[in-house]
Amino acid sequence: MKERVAIVGIGVTGFFSVSPSLSFKELTYTAAVKAYEDAGLHPKDIDSFITASEDFMEGYSIFDEYVPDQMGAVMRPVQTVTADFLQALGIGWMMINTGRFRIIAVESHSKASNVKTLDEVKAFALDPVYIRPLKENSDFLAGLEMNRFLTETGNTEEQCAHVVVKNKANALKNPHAAHAAKLTVDDVLSSNPISHPLKELDAAKAADGAVMVVLASEKEAKALCKKPIWICGISWFSGQGNPWSRTFAYADYAQLAAQKAYKMAGISNPIKDLDFAEISDEYSYKELQHLESIGVARKGEAGFLTQSGATLADGIFPVNISGGLIGVGNTFEAAAGIMVYDAVMQLRHEAGMRQIPNACRGLVQSWRGVPTATGAVAILSNE
Amino acid sequence: MIINNVPMKGLTSEEYEKAIKISWKPQLQYAWDNGIGIGKYLASLKEGMILAAYCQKCGRIMLPARAFCEMCWRPTDRYVTVKDTGVVNTYAICHINWDASRLKPDEPRHIPAVIEIDGASQGQGILHILGNVEPSNVKIGMKVKAVWKPAAERTGSITDIRFFEPY
Repeated sequence: MKERVAIVGIGVTGFFSVSPSLSFKELTYTAAVKAYEDAGLHPKDIDSFITASEDFMEGYSIFDEYVPDQMGAVMRPVQTVTADFLQALGIGWMMINTGRFRIIAVESHSKASNVKTLDEVKAFALDPVYIRPLKENSDFLAGLEMNRFLTETGNTEEQCAHVVVKNKANALKNPHAAHAAKLTVDDVLSSNPISHPLKELDAAKAADGAVMVVLASEKEAKALCKKPIWICGISWFSGQGNPWSRTFAYADYAQLAAQKAYKMAGISNPIKDLDFAEISDEYSYKELQHLESIGVARKGEAGFLTQSGATLADGIFPVNISGGLIGVGNTFEAAAGIMVYDAVMQLRHEAGMRQIPNACRGLVQSWRGVPTATGAVAILSNE
Repeated sequence: MIINNVPMKGLTSEEYEKAIKISWKPQLQYAWDNGIGIGKYLASLKEGMILAAYCQKCGRIMLPARAFCEMCWRPTDRYVTVKDTGVVNTYAICHINWDASRLKPDEPRHIPAVIEIDGASQGQGILHILGNVEPSNVKIGMKVKAVWKPAAERTGSITDIRFFEPY
């Protein structure tokens, strides 16, 4: 039987709109020191290191050359993964599963505030032949997906606004959050239109920050750690990449990744088998679309669930207790790291003001953002 | 299956001119936060000094100054000013510009070099440019000294040192 893999250490910096007092190396160093301290390890104990990063966001090509110092990985095996944090976590999980590695460190960070032309970087991800010549801000893809999603499922703009109100309020209890606020549904509905039906407050705002996780094989985890958090299932998929032929009513990548992760973790009824979920809410409607895609809500019911309070921190199925990307901030490649951090704190019963009772198993779901149809799902458990 | 229609050759210049093409000029702009280590290093250059960081565990005096010792995995203990003289560890003689265009025969050659700064630990060099020296006279091991811009012109950049010259 294969050994299981656990998270045995985790560290975050906290997230901010800007972070001029630290360089990206110092920012990552801060998270890394915390993660190693949390795991009771020294970087020399780590077998291999992974950074999830995207050169265009860093402003460096071949960014992997710039990551070892701040991870304690000088003259050690290091790789960068141009993907979401959860995908990097999956790669670490696979490395341990090979039996060749016992302990892996996975890092990601954001210095989004340093990217002075963030919309240009996003535009550079658009297809140069079929999309870019239209010269629309890439948020238009979210607008047209939201429009079709709402129309086809019957979810409403008002229900999307409830997601924003909930997540920003949840973030008020999260000392790491950059964009916490007490808002009303009307505040959201009356915010500036971006790309109808998408409004300014429907979109997560960027943030800076860093996160590091230390993974260990079952044997090491049990020796190292009183509260190992097990990765019971992890998977990622790319769905239909071309935005002109997508099924906007649901997210195929999220559905496929969830199905596989559920199978790995032995989950048949997500609402019953899971205690909470951290869901990619880069745009408000994405939380609803993702919840329906991963089988937490039936088609057209995620908005109603949200409106009824079922996904509040004290609801029957809390979603984004952390505040999500809308409340904590969009840290791009590192975005799922925030969610993993919060899930680990919940499962260790160390989430402080945000702690829900008896948390045993949780789900983290990520999306790589516009214009992608790529995302991952991980199931984490404390037993 | 017939693959004869696939031309197994490149386009001529004329054909290329006529071909339908897509082009895009990305507008990528960044402003990297210096933070503590780089910030102190650049602020010192503006004052006409080269700043290193000292780690009391490994005893290294490291260049450029940094907030943490990446080998000992701990914060550095203090910042120390080192000399603005050093020794050429290695150099190259560049006959092309940044954009790969050729320098004209009468234009001076650029001589980037690794300079081991006096007062820093062995192997703690910085990258800079050599000046006031004929390429044929540059030697590995040669002693060089910083030629600074006047204080009023310094901005907190590695180019606050114009170049290093033999002394």
